[in-house]
Amino acid sequence: MSQNGWQPVIGLEIHVQLNTETKMFCACENRYGAEPNTLTCPLCLGHPGVLPVINEGAVEKAIMIGLALNCEIAGRSQFHRKNYFYPDSPKAYQISQYDEPICGPGRLEVEGEPVRITRAHLEEDAAKLEHSGGQAGRIGGAEYSLVDFNRCGTPLVEIVTEPDLRSPEHAIAFLQLLRTTLRTIGVSDVNMHEGSLRCDANISVRRSGSGELGTKTELKNVNSFGHLEAGMAAEIARQIELLESGGRVEQETLNFDPGTAQLRSLRSKEEAHDYRYFPEPDLVPLEPSPELVDRLRDRLPELPAARMARFRDQYSLPQQYATDLNAETGVADYFERVADGSGDPKAAADWVLNNPGSVGAIPAEGLAGLIGLIANGTITSTIAKQVYARLEADPAADPAAIVEGEGLASIGDSSELEAMVVEVIDANPQFVEQFRGGKEGVINALVGQVMKRTQGRADARQVQELFRSKLS
Amino acid sequence: MSGVEVLGLTAERCIELLDGRDVSCRELAEAYLDRIDRVDGDLHCFLRTRRESALAEADALDRDGRSGLQGVPVALKDILSTRGEETTAGSRILEGHRPLFDAGAVTRLREAGTVVIGKTNMDEFAMGSSTENSAYGVTHNPWDPARVPGGSSGGSSAAVAAGLAPIAYGTDTGGSIRQPAALCGVVGMKPTYGAVSRHGLIAFASSLDQIGPFALTVRDCALALAAVAGHDRCDSTSVPLPEPVRVPDAEDLRGVTIGVPEALLAQGVEPGVRESFDAALRLAEGMGATLREVELPHAGYGLPAYYIIAPAEASSNLARFDGVRYGLRVEEARDTVIDMYERTRAAGFGAEVKRRIMLGTYALSSGYYEAYYGTAQRVRTLIRRDFDNAFAGVDLIATPTSPTVAFEIGERANDPWAMYASDVLTVPVNLAGLPGISIPSGLAGGLPVGFQLIGPAFAENRILDAAHALERAIGFDPVPPRLGGSA
Repeated sequence: MSQNGWQPVIGLEIHVQLNTETKMFCACENRYGAEPNTLTCPLCLGHPGVLPVINEGAVEKAIMIGLALNCEIAGRSQFHRKNYFYPDSPKAYQISQYDEPICGPGRLEVEGEPVRITRAHLEEDAAKLEHSGGQAGRIGGAEYSLVDFNRCGTPLVEIVTEPDLRSPEHAIAFLQLLRTTLRTIGVSDVNMHEGSLRCDANISVRRSGSGELGTKTELKNVNSFGHLEAGMAAEIARQIELLESGGRVEQETLNFDPGTAQLRSLRSKEEAHDYRYFPEPDLVPLEPSPELVDRLRDRLPELPAARMARFRDQYSLPQQYATDLNAETGVADYFERVADGSGDPKAAADWVLNNPGSVGAIPAEGLAGLIGLIANGTITSTIAKQVYARLEADPAADPAAIVEGEGLASIGDSSELEAMVVEVIDANPQFVEQFRGGKEGVINALVGQVMKRTQGRADARQVQELFRSKLS
Repeated sequence: MSGVEVLGLTAERCIELLDGRDVSCRELAEAYLDRIDRVDGDLHCFLRTRRESALAEADALDRDGRSGLQGVPVALKDILSTRGEETTAGSRILEGHRPLFDAGAVTRLREAGTVVIGKTNMDEFAMGSSTENSAYGVTHNPWDPARVPGGSSGGSSAAVAAGLAPIAYGTDTGGSIRQPAALCGVVGMKPTYGAVSRHGLIAFASSLDQIGPFALTVRDCALALAAVAGHDRCDSTSVPLPEPVRVPDAEDLRGVTIGVPEALLAQGVEPGVRESFDAALRLAEGMGATLREVELPHAGYGLPAYYIIAPAEASSNLARFDGVRYGLRVEEARDTVIDMYERTRAAGFGAEVKRRIMLGTYALSSGYYEAYYGTAQRVRTLIRRDFDNAFAGVDLIATPTSPTVAFEIGERANDPWAMYASDVLTVPVNLAGLPGISIPSGLAGGLPVGFQLIGPAFAENRILDAAHALERAIGFDPVPPRLGGSA
């Protein structure tokens, strides 16, 4: 994307909550939506004397993420303490990783272009704060603030990309593919509303063709792809306008209010924290064995990126179809069963993408049967919609039986249709006259009458051709 | 009042008395508790005793039968978490804090059936070498109440010296077991890093802290260590010992090579201490030991490295005391949360703790990290390597434990560097993660002198054997004369 000769440069930092049974460093249940402060223990409350114990399940899931993103898996990685005072951090430090992350450089191909992954590391989530009174969502000026420690200690993987994304749309496409990938490997619920997927964007702009990076700002705390896309677009526009009017972009952290479409500065570079990272002395380094990494690699299912390529090749689908079918987990599986069952991948893709409600609701065999009936000419596409509606009401029904039982099969007999066409011509002399006078469009009204008489069981194209031959 | 004389009573002797039914668990616990009531008003070794609970536990053992360590009274430094019972780490900020769980070592002691009689005084968060930094008053040295008992585990060392507990536990981050043991004329051992679980030990400097015992004899010390050593799944840095801790019975030192780092000892060891140390070395030689000079070229940098690493870790470990969830909270109307943090921490921490938090925060700050923390970590690696090299040629290394005998209360309170220098001979051992013991080698000017034996990692049994043999040869009477000892 280029705007007035400016090129946006975007890098993302994505936080993914892992769906482990227990928290990162204690045995508390890891679950969203419980009563506040019911999933806590002395460890995740930061009591004196407690020591963290690494959740092996979280380590395995982090490695699986690394493998899915083609990252190097570190033979040795180290936890660090990130120190800061805030009520969401009961120890006043977060156990994170710093210069020795568990997953090193990798890449994820989005729409045929590789986006480089800088790293992915393991850490723990903070508690959740709720501020009452004062400016919404801010501790400053709040009358009081409530802390829910249920989230505190939830395993997180932070994925950092290189500044390889060139537009908000590109960034969102990357995130969608990432989300499907994470869902496919089963490591996270990746739900933005529940916070199991969170994304910050580092944004700068530069003159098109320039190899240098401009000063970046960080867009934080956005809770949906839509808001993120709008926020990135707003920030890009703000930076371009600023630079064009001779101003300078200041390094700062921004919040985007989707209601007002306003960007607000959270803190400037001068206010940036000094986190005083140092190696976490309570934990020994992580040294996953090559055998473990191999075992986890074997456990990975086919990944969405690979599946997209296969859909293009095996089913001869256009890229957009392949992408769309892989945008949500479950859809691709369903599509494959429908495509294989019906023998018509293109039609299967159309049906699945146009009827997202079918996934998981209507058995793939049912939809495949329906598509088969269209493909072999048993029913018209108009009738197919009726049959589909019946399937929605009764997913277990057999489309062929519905067609049979209700006499919905196409009128394949052209003499029957021909007779009907002649009747309609006779009954509508004004349309015939108009048609012959050059108003070709009225033919649709004539066809409509036949379709009405047949209740959709006729092939509209065939009927139209019959009219044309009769009227010419 | 019970008829048992507990002054000078060893844990082994306690077990004999209990085994022979000469005394019941209740009588034994009561004897110690009564003695605490009588003499601890002056010494202030204990912050709290737990008479009722201890006697109930003793009664249960008397009723159900006992063996081994069951029924032996022990004292705990108030930095070891005890479930439902106040644990302050000597700090105002944790006044009234009742942990929700027992420390790993405390669980082991309860399983072993020992009877915890109380919690002992200490320098606040184990930061100090005199127990003067306690928020709850100073502890006096039983040998001379005008002097400090050493620190930070001074309450525990003084309690054992004064006959208030046969066994006490402390923690040693830079010498906090060995130095007070030396100053109080008792045995104190810091095990290999990882030998005892740190779970429930309120952290000062996590990469250095270790729990260990005080006792009147090396054999008692071995019994006490065996009770708490071993892997704990709640502490990822704890490890299973390669061999169980044995109660030593070596009679001589034949075949044992002891290294003496002469260059290190040139750093301000006072003459009386040096004489006692040399006398002990001659005894060791007489018992068959071979003495050899060893070099620990970087050990002299141990103190500055320690005073970067320990405060750095402490600055992070102590950040959780913010008034939000437990412990002290000081706030005024209209305070922001930051105001509340500041008020709470200003009121809750003592001067030395604040000094170290500031030192550590500075050392970790962006732009200074490499110069301070990074350098200190490299020094630490070099010191560890020095010990590895030295132990290639000797079995054990000996030094005086403390360069001086007990100093007067107040003498060093306003001179942090003089106070820090107390640890010059013990700190390198923590930096290298090694085990070390302090046994009394005699008196200098009427005050006890400590003799330190250091071994390679997990050579606890080697250290205990040698210390036991040497202890017998030295024949030190650990009972302070003013309390009825013979010296």
